[in-house]
This record gives sequence, structure tokens and C-alpha cells, in this order.
Amino acid sequence: MSASHAAPAQAPTRSRVTLQVNGSPRTLTVDHRATLLDVLREDLGLTGAKKGCDHGQCGACTVLVDGRRANSCLLLAVAQDGTEIITVEGLAAGGELHPVQQAFLDRDAYQCGYCTPGQLCSAVGLFAEAAAGHPSYVTDPTRPSGQGPVELTAEEIRERMSGNLCRCGAYPNIVAAVEDVTR
Amino acid sequence: MKPYAYVRARSVEEATAAHAARPGARYLAGGTNLVDLMKHGVETPETLVDVSRLPLDGIEELPDGALRIGATVRNSDLAAHPLVRDRHPVLSQALLAGASGQLRNIATTGGNLLQRTRCPYFQDTAKPCNKREPGTGCGARDGIHRDHAVLGHSPHCIATNPSDMAVALAALDATVHLYGPGGERTVPVTDFHRLPGDHPERDTVLEPGELITAVMLPARTAGLPSAYRKARDRASYAFALASVAAVLDVDDAGAVRHVGLAFGGLAHRPWRARLAETALLGAPPTEHAIAHAVDAELGLAQPLRDNAFKVPLARNLACRVLSELARR
Ligand SMILES: Cc1cc2nc3c(=O)[nH]c(=O)nc-3n(C[C@H](O)[C@H](O)[C@H](O)COP(=O)(O)OP(=O)(O)OC[C@H]3O[C@@H](n4cnc5c(N)ncnc54)[C@H](O)[C@@H]3O)c2cc1C
Ligand code: SF4
Ligand code: FES
Ligand code: FES
Repeated sequence: MSASHAAPAQAPTRSRVTLQVNGSPRTLTVDHRATLLDVLREDLGLTGAKKGCDHGQCGACTVLVDGRRANSCLLLAVAQDGTEIITVEGLAAGGELHPVQQAFLDRDAYQCGYCTPGQLCSAVGLFAEAAAGHPSYVTDPTRPSGQGPVELTAEEIRERMSGNLCRCGAYPNIVAAVEDVTR
Repeated sequence: MKPYAYVRARSVEEATAAHAARPGARYLAGGTNLVDLMKHGVETPETLVDVSRLPLDGIEELPDGALRIGATVRNSDLAAHPLVRDRHPVLSQALLAGASGQLRNIATTGGNLLQRTRCPYFQDTAKPCNKREPGTGCGARDGIHRDHAVLGHSPHCIATNPSDMAVALAALDATVHLYGPGGERTVPVTDFHRLPGDHPERDTVLEPGELITAVMLPARTAGLPSAYRKARDRASYAFALASVAAVLDVDDAGAVRHVGLAFGGLAHRPWRARLAETALLGAPPTEHAIAHAVDAELGLAQPLRDNAFKVPLARNLACRVLSELARR
């Protein structure tokens, strides 16, 4: 290796980060290669978020970062320093299930359950997006901005939940459960 | 994956200086493409310069009505922005046609423009690919290429650009603002992405170390009727087989005053359909005129063994979108 390569090669490859995870500050040293998903599962023992594809293609790893849903398998943990993370373990406030968790139970919106933590976090994220009036690909494009929340029809829910695959095909009940919460 | 260093940049100058000082440096924005390619072993950075927290996250209207979009604005925020929705609906729709809600919350404007092709040979380090490793050949040419280019490809590479956003930007005459070791410069988005030619390893005209700072939407195309339509293998969360972005302005006499037409999924860059535009300008946009113009453009197509279906697909998409805009 040439001399010019020597200096960067000696630069640290691990860093100390603090993440607010489900309301508690967690400070740890992470390898720069570690994804948020791996840190949650391997270092913090939060195995709710699942590794389906590890490439952003399935949504099983979905968590909320600063209130927004995101694929934790493509986020580098080191880049998330200072952010607030909510995982499926943090959705039930004070022992009370989140309404969408209850709706999934009531509607039997799963079979194996592998995709469910990601589905739940994704649903919580989409409620906030629709409430803020954010359009989707199926929202009437002639609807001007600034008209308040978007009504979550079944078509809107299907489009907005499309980043969460379910290998068991529990989609009809997932859509019904998400719809229940919006009523 | 090899261990690497990580630097969080606080300013544009700091980012470009950190990049210049470290061989093997890569800018990290949302990471939804870069981290994916690092896992595949396609990208092997020695240092990541994190630009995701640079103060480039604003959308600003300039006095002349142009819209300046910072490079780190997230795709979801850009799609939901009132000025984008109301004045440049084609851009909002194109963004919302891409990826998923989760990914759009992470992906940035700059990263979206620079995302690499989804060619499976490019993503597999065990396969030949002139884009990943110049001189090794193109695995797709005689292999699996149903999703590949029908326009502007070369014997060396038949890949397509996967971005939906970039297709809308091409139709809107957007410009890309760059900052690098050589100073600032501005490039029309239609000149930003390259055709593969003899150098498929170069997707764009970006120089090493150059940073995208913003994308500008000109006032000229603001408020004109526009739309995006995408055809894909499933209803959502899939890349385009073909897509169309169109801007169409008809004057009081019923003649086309302005038209911007761009195809996605057909070429190594968003394909601005200049031939079709020239044919449409100044005349009424009848069904016949539209079909004639679109056919003139797609007459340039050179489909491969397994992707000839893209030509009529793109034709029908373009005719439909233009006809709908003409009736507005
Ligand atoms: C499963 C999946 C499905 C997808 N579907 C679609 C789709 O249907 N349509 C679509 O358009 N896209 C799709 N995408 C791609 C997605 O839009 C891109 O990954 C995203 O836009 C990249 O943005 P980023 O900020 O995450 O970029 P990063 O991954 O951070 O960066 C990408 C590249 O840009 C460089 N870079 C980033 N910012 C700058 C800057 N400011 N200046 C200079 N260089 C910079 C990086 O060094 C890197 O080379 C999909 C992605 C996945 C994983
Ligand atoms: S089409 Fe381009 S990216 Fe795909 S294998 Fe051929 S050279 Fe590589
Ligand atoms: S594990 Fe993250 S999207 Fe599949
Ligand atoms: S319940 Fe099995 S993958 Fe969704």
C-alpha cells in the first residue's frame, strides 16, 4: 500500500454513538459497518425488528427514526448518532397496546408473524404521514396541497404499505386492521 | 466488508476537503443505494464522508419563481412540498412512484440522482460487467436483459438508469448545482447523466470529489400541466419497465406552446424526447399528432432479444399521458 493510503487506514473504524431507543439513552461503540438493525438486535437485544432481505426490499426491519418509518437494514448505526429510535418493543406505551397492535390481534393480521413488527411500525409511520397531508402515488394529483389529512381508503393503505412484504400473504387482514384504526 | 473510517461533514467545504484528503472516500447521504452496494461488495470505500446532515435540506423559492431544492432534502419531503405538488406535480408523482414510504423517508435528492443501475450483473461481483469492472465484458447483452435499454445503448453496456425522479427533472428542464475542488458549476440535468458509449463506468459527468449541492427547477415550467406515469411488474414498490414524464402547455389557439417529454426505464439516462417535442410544437396536440410524434422518437429504438415489448409499452404510456394533458 502506498504511503498516501497509510494515514486513512489508521483512522478509527469504530465510533461512540448515543441513540434514544424506546425512550432510553443508549451509548455504545459501534463498528462503522454495523447497520442500525444489527445494533438493535445484536447489541441492544431488541429482536423485534427482523432481518428479511437485508437490502431494503421487504420492510421487515422497519423502525421509526425521529418519528419517521425507515428500513433499519440500510441505515448505518454510526450515522444515526443522536436520533430517536422507536422499535416494535416501544409501541405499547405504559403496557397498553398501540391501537394498531390491538387491531392486528383483532383481525388476525398475520400467520407466521415474521413481517408483523415491520408492518406495525410502518403503519404507525403512515398514520403520521397521512395526518400531515402527504400524498401517495394513488392520491388524486389534482387535489391541491394544504387540504389537511389524506383519507386512508383501502387503496391508499395498500399503496402506502407496499414497502412491507408478507410472505404468508396476510395482506387482506393487514389492510383491514390498518383501516380499523383509521375509523 | 472491509473496515472503513467515517467523517460527518458540517459544511460543504468540509465535506469536499475531507473527500479530497482521503483516497477511496465516498459521500454517504441516505445510504439506501450505497450501503446496499457495500453489502454486495460492489462499493468498497475506505472512508465515508457523511453529507446527510449538511445544511442543504431546504426548498426555497427564488425571486424569479424558480425552486431551489437542497441536495439532502428527503424524497418524501420533496414529494409532499406544497410548491412542488401545486406547480410541478410531475416531480411529486415521480417521487411517489419510486421505492417505498420507508425508503423515500431516507433517500435524498442528491443520492437519488446518483443511484446506480439495478442491472443484476452489476450487483454481482462474480459476473462480468464493464460498468463495475471495465474490460470484463457485458453479462447482460447475451444474458438476462428484459429490463435493459432500448435507446442509446452501446456494445459495452445496455444498462438503464433506475431513477423515477430524474425523469421528471429532465422533463422540467431542471439544473444540477455542483461544488467541488474546481469550484462551483451548473449542469442541465439532461447533460448530467451520460450514455454508456466506451465508458459505461461513468454514469454521469460528475468529477471525482464533486458534491451535488442543489437541484433547480426553472420558473419557465412552473405551473404548467404535467404528469408522470410508470409501468412495472407489480402495482407498487418496483422499478420502472418504462415510464413517462410530460409537461404540456397549449395556447389559446389550441397549439402546443411548450412541451417537455422524457422516458424512464429505456436508456442509460432519462431520455428527453427532443424529436417528439419538435414534432408537437406549434400544432394542435391531436391524438394523431401525438402518436406521430411519439413514433418518431421511438423509431430510434434498438431493442434487444428480450425487451422489444418496451417500445409499444412506452409508446402507449406517452400517448396516454400527453392526450390527458392536452384535454386539461
Ligand atoms: C428496494 C428498493 C427499491 C427502490 N425502488 C426505486 C424506484 O422504484 N424508483 C427509484 O427511483 N428509486 C428506487 N430505489 C432507489 C432509491 O431511490 C435510491 O436508493 C435513493 O434515492 C438513493 O438516495 P440516498 O440518499 O439513499 O443515496 P446514497 O445511497 O447515500 O448515495 C447514492 C450515491 O450518491 C452519492 N451521493 C449522495 N449524495 C451526494 C451528493 N450530495 N453529492 C455527491 N454524491 C452524492 C453517494 O456517494 C453514492 O454513490 C429503490 C431502492 C431500494 C433499496
Ligand atoms: S448492462 Fe452495463 S451494468 Fe449490466 S452487465 Fe452490461 S456493462 Fe454491466
Ligand atoms: S430487512 Fe430491511 S428491508 Fe428487508
Ligand atoms: S405473517 Fe408471515 S410473513 Fe407476514
